[in-house]
Amino acid sequence: MPDSLLFGTEVVLNGLMAGVLYALVALGFVLIYKASGIFNYAQGVMALFAAMTLYGIMVGQVPFAHLINAIFGTHIHHFGWEVPAIIAIVLTIAVMVLFAWLVQQYIFRHLVGQEPIILFMATIGLAYFLEGVADLMWGSEIKALDVGLPQGGSFWIEENTQWMGMGNENFYGFFLDQLDLIATVIAAVLVIALVAFSQYTKQGRAMRAVADDHQAALSVGINLNFIWVLVWSVAGFVALVAGIVWGSKSGVQFSLSLIALKALPVLMLGGFTSIPGAIVGGLIIGVGEKLFEFAIGPLVGGATENWFAYVLALLFLVFRPQGLFGDKIIERV
Amino acid sequence: MLDAANTNDVGVETLLEVNNIEVIYNHVILVLKGVSLNVPKGGITALLGGNGAGKTTTLKAISNLLHSERGEVTKGSVKYRGTDVHDLDPADLVRKGVIQVMEGRHCFEHLTVEENLLTGYYTRTSGKAEMQRDLELVYNYFPRLKERRKSLAGYTSGGEQQMVAIGRALMANPETILLDEPSMGLAPQLVEEIFGIVKDLNEKEGVSFLLAEQNTNVALRFAHYGYILESGRVVMDGPAADLRENPDVKEFYLGMSEEGRKSFRDVRSYRRRKRWLS
Ligand SMILES: Nc1ncnc2c1ncn2[C@@H]1O[C@H](COP(=O)(O)OP(=O)(O)OP(=O)(O)O)[C@@H](O)[C@H]1O
Ligand SMILES: [Mg+2]
Repeated sequence: MPDSLLFGTEVVLNGLMAGVLYALVALGFVLIYKASGIFNYAQGVMALFAAMTLYGIMVGQVPFAHLINAIFGTHIHHFGWEVPAIIAIVLTIAVMVLFAWLVQQYIFRHLVGQEPIILFMATIGLAYFLEGVADLMWGSEIKALDVGLPQGGSFWIEENTQWMGMGNENFYGFFLDQLDLIATVIAAVLVIALVAFSQYTKQGRAMRAVADDHQAALSVGINLNFIWVLVWSVAGFVALVAGIVWGSKSGVQFSLSLIALKALPVLMLGGFTSIPGAIVGGLIIGVGEKLFEFAIGPLVGGATENWFAYVLALLFLVFRPQGLFGDKIIERV
Repeated sequence: MLDAANTNDVGVETLLEVNNIEVIYNHVILVLKGVSLNVPKGGITALLGGNGAGKTTTLKAISNLLHSERGEVTKGSVKYRGTDVHDLDPADLVRKGVIQVMEGRHCFEHLTVEENLLTGYYTRTSGKAEMQRDLELVYNYFPRLKERRKSLAGYTSGGEQQMVAIGRALMANPETILLDEPSMGLAPQLVEEIFGIVKDLNEKEGVSFLLAEQNTNVALRFAHYGYILESGRVVMDGPAADLRENPDVKEFYLGMSEEGRKSFRDVRSYRRRKRWLS
C-alpha cells in the first residue's frame, strides 16, 4: 500500500480518538440542554473542576490551602495521605452531585421560565465562578493526573498491523495511543449506559418527559427540581470522565475548559438534542480536522485545526440547522 | 339521557372545596375574583364559560400548577378532603389523588404512547405487577391506544392524544381528575366518544371529575352539576338538568332562545347589565 494511504488511515484513527473526547464534552451539553433548555457554557469548566478535584483528593491536597494559610498564617498544603484512584473517583462523583444540587438550588431554581439567553448568561457567570473556585481550592499549577490508565503507543497494535503495509518498508504498523483506545472504550460504555438509563428506567423516562414538556411533567407529579439535579449530576459525571481522559493525556490545566468551545461545533453538527448526534458529531469533527490538516494543512501553512471545526459547523448551520440528528420537529396540522 | 343527581344532598361527601379564591398573574393581573365551588365524591362537576372566563386558571389554582406560570392565589382557600392543599406542590396533590389533564393535551411528543402512560405512574410505588395491571385497565378503556402503543405520541391524532392525556392521568390512580377542555379541536363524534369514556370512568371506576368546558351543550348532558364562570366570577350554578332548562343558559350558552336569536348587540348589553347586577 502506498505511504499516503497508510498515513491517511492512521490520521483517521487518531482523529477518531480525538473526536471521542469532543463527543464526551458535547454529551454533557446535550444532557442539560435537552432536559432544561439551558445551554451550559460551564460544561468545559466542570470537566476541569472535576479533574482538579480528583487530582486534589488523590494526592491528599488540602482544599483552599492558600486561603487558609493567608488568613491564619499557617503553612498547610497536604494532609499527608494519598487516596487510591477508585475511591477518589467515587468522592469526586459525590462532589459533582453536590455541585449539581447547589447549582439547581441557588441558581436555576430561581430562573425557571426565564428567557434562554438569561439562562445562558447565568451559565457564563457560573463558568467563571467555578473556574475561580477551582483555582482557589486546588491551585492553578498544571497537574499530572494518573489514575492508572495505560499510556503510550500500543505495541500490540503496531506489531499486528505491520502486515497491512504489504511490504512497504516505511510502515511499522499503525501507531495508536493506548490511552486513546481506553478512552474510546470508556466513552462507548458511558454512552450505552446513558442511553439505557434514559430509555429503560423510570427516572430516565421522567428526564425525557421533562425535556418534552415541563408543565405536563409537573402535572403528572414529576419533581422538576429533582430531575434537574439528576441531569446536572449526570452531566457532572460525564465531565469527570472527560476530565480524566484529557487530564491523563495532557495534564490538568486551565486550557481544559476551552474544549467546551470545541464542543460547540460538534453540537451544531450533531444537533443540540441528540445523544448519538453528540457522538457522531464529535467523531466527524475529530477526524475531519485531522484529515484536513494532513491533506490541506501543508498547502495553507498549517494550523487549520483551530478553525476547521467552526467552518464545518457554519456550513451545517446554513444547510441543516437542526444538525444531523437533531430532534425531529414534530408538526401536525 | 343521564339523570342529574342532586349533589347537594346530605350524605354526599365533598372532596374538593374551593372557597372564594382570588388569583393574580404577574403580581398585577387579577383574573379570578372570588370563585367558590364544590366537587362531590363520585360526581361529574362542570365548570362552564367562554374564552378567558377563568376556567383553566381555576383548575390550575387547585392543582397548584399556577406557580410555573407566575400566577398566585392571593385570597381564599382550596381544601381537599377537609385539609388545606394550598401550599402542596403538584406532585403531593397527585399522591393525594388529584391530577390535572391539561388543556391542549400536552402529551410528551417524543415518548411513545405507552411511555406517556407510564409517566403517569411516576408517583406510585406499588411495583411492576400493578403497573402492568393498570396499563391494561387503561387499554381496556382506550383500545385504540393499545394499537398505537409503540408510536410516538407526537404523531398520533388529536383524539388519540386526548386519550393519552386521560390515560396517563388514570395511571396515577386518581380519585379526582381535573379535566380541562377535552373537546377542544375534536370532531363532534370524537367528543361524544371521549365524554362517554369519562362517564364510564366515573360510574365504573368511581373517579370524580371537575370538567372545564366551553362546549356547554355536551358538558351539561354528561355532568351532574354545573358552575358558570364569567370574567373570573361564578355567575350561576345548579344541577345540570336545571341549567339545561334555564332560559339564560339556553340563550347565552346553548345558543337557543324563545323569541329566536337576538342580535349580537342586544346580547352584549344584556350581558353587561347582568354582570353589573350579579
Ligand atoms: N400566564 C398568564 N399570565 C397572564 N394572564 C393570564 C395567564 N393565563 C391566563 N391569563 C388570563 O387570565 C384570564 C383567564 O384565562 P383562562 O385561561 O383561565 O380562561 P379559560 O376560561 O380557561 O379560557 P379558554 O376557554 O379560552 O381556555 C384570561 O384573560 C387570560 O388572558
Ligand atoms: Mg382554558
